[in-house]
Amino acid sequence: MKLSTEEVIERVSILDIPQALKDALVAGLTGQEMTEAQLQEIMDQVVSDYGHSRVEPCEAVGVVAAQSIGEPGTQMTMRTFHYAGVAEINVTLGLPRLIEIVDARKIPSTPTMTLRLAEGYAHDRDLAREVAWAIESTSLLHLGSLATDLAEMNVIIELNSDAMTQRKITAEEVAERLREETGLSVDQRSNTLVMAPEESSYRELLQLVEKIKKISLKGIEGIKRVVIRKEGDEYILYTEGSSLRKVMQFDGVDPTRTKTNNINEIGEVLGIEAARNAIINEATDTLREQGLTVDVRHIMLVADIMTVDGEVKQIGRHGVSGEKASVLARAAFEVTVNHILDAAVRGDVDDLKGVTENVIVGQPIQLGTGDVKLIAKR
Amino acid sequence: MTKFAVMDHESVPKHTLLSPEESEVVLRTYGIESPQLPKIHVTDPAAKEIGAKVGDVIKIIRRSPTAKQSVFYRLVID
Repeated sequence: MKLSTEEVIERVSILDIPQALKDALVAGLTGQEMTEAQLQEIMDQVVSDYGHSRVEPCEAVGVVAAQSIGEPGTQMTMRTFHYAGVAEINVTLGLPRLIEIVDARKIPSTPTMTLRLAEGYAHDRDLAREVAWAIESTSLLHLGSLATDLAEMNVIIELNSDAMTQRKITAEEVAERLREETGLSVDQRSNTLVMAPEESSYRELLQLVEKIKKISLKGIEGIKRVVIRKEGDEYILYTEGSSLRKVMQFDGVDPTRTKTNNINEIGEVLGIEAARNAIINEATDTLREQGLTVDVRHIMLVADIMTVDGEVKQIGRHGVSGEKASVLARAAFEVTVNHILDAAVRGDVDDLKGVTENVIVGQPIQLGTGDVKLIAKR
Repeated sequence: MTKFAVMDHESVPKHTLLSPEESEVVLRTYGIESPQLPKIHVTDPAAKEIGAKVGDVIKIIRRSPTAKQSVFYRLVID
């Protein structure tokens, strides 16, 4: 007999195997000449082989994952900085980045976002540039020059009208923003702004200059730079600094494809499952960039354990390792004395269920064959 | 400035709320109690979007690089 795709799908769908395997089976069986008995045998064989390929119960998957990520980690560069491609955005890569990911740092050392643009913006260079200017934090130095007049004890700001039209801001708006931020009066004469500090001292004047240099007049605060790059036939924005929640509201940005390398921020804005995906993607990309291939299952295990409690927690003293039930296992990791001391004060009991504590006391560990107890019937 | 659905984001998998009966089936299949499930906060953007309450079980259909699709369950906590 010959089975159509629909019939094969129907037969295969009830099997207890992953979707990827089902799809492969459907592709392989469709249109093949076979008897009912042969079809049944093929399916039985696939199910049985899949069962054999799975991890055995009591296998130490955590240790295997740790070694499989740790060994290539020894070959990674210690060099922190790297320029991502031709765009002059600085991103941390290599071992420091991997450590940053598993430590679940609140803010990465070089936060950056990758923004895809919405339909209608993505293929137009001028529109892409407009979005970039709207997002980029604009300071006074982008718009003109600053000078201090020591005789008059004031700051003179000369605004460049070309720069202002480009960034779509007027001299009035600049004056207004400066008034808001400093609380001082701003004397505006067309493109020249004059400000004076409250007290006319030399120190106050210099402090005022420093302060107004830092004021973000337009765009998202913290987005220091936006670089446009063409990938394929699409313009993509790379930013220095990250603010996912704000950037997703900008016109022209496709909110469903925005990315950041700040995993905690993803957890807050998009949820724990997105954070888990981010950990997997960031770790895989970091390793791949160094020319190392680690099976994604090891990284998935790490991401799963980091996000199992509903929030991103680090692998380490303040996270996964620090939450182990056993006192001896925690003491074997870091800050030994504190853990043993606290346990003694509280009168903790160690159940000796884990690996580390059983190694310490010299007993067989409860993993693999060590987990099997023999029960004899007399 | 349109409000955008978190679930539309490409890195957020599909979350569905299970009825008490359905969650009972899940727990029985795995032979566990609900506190043994992985957790999700009730404040989680994806959990909020489907209107989950503390104690509910959320079914998550992940896109897996190895199995193509994998099902995961999380218990909603505060």
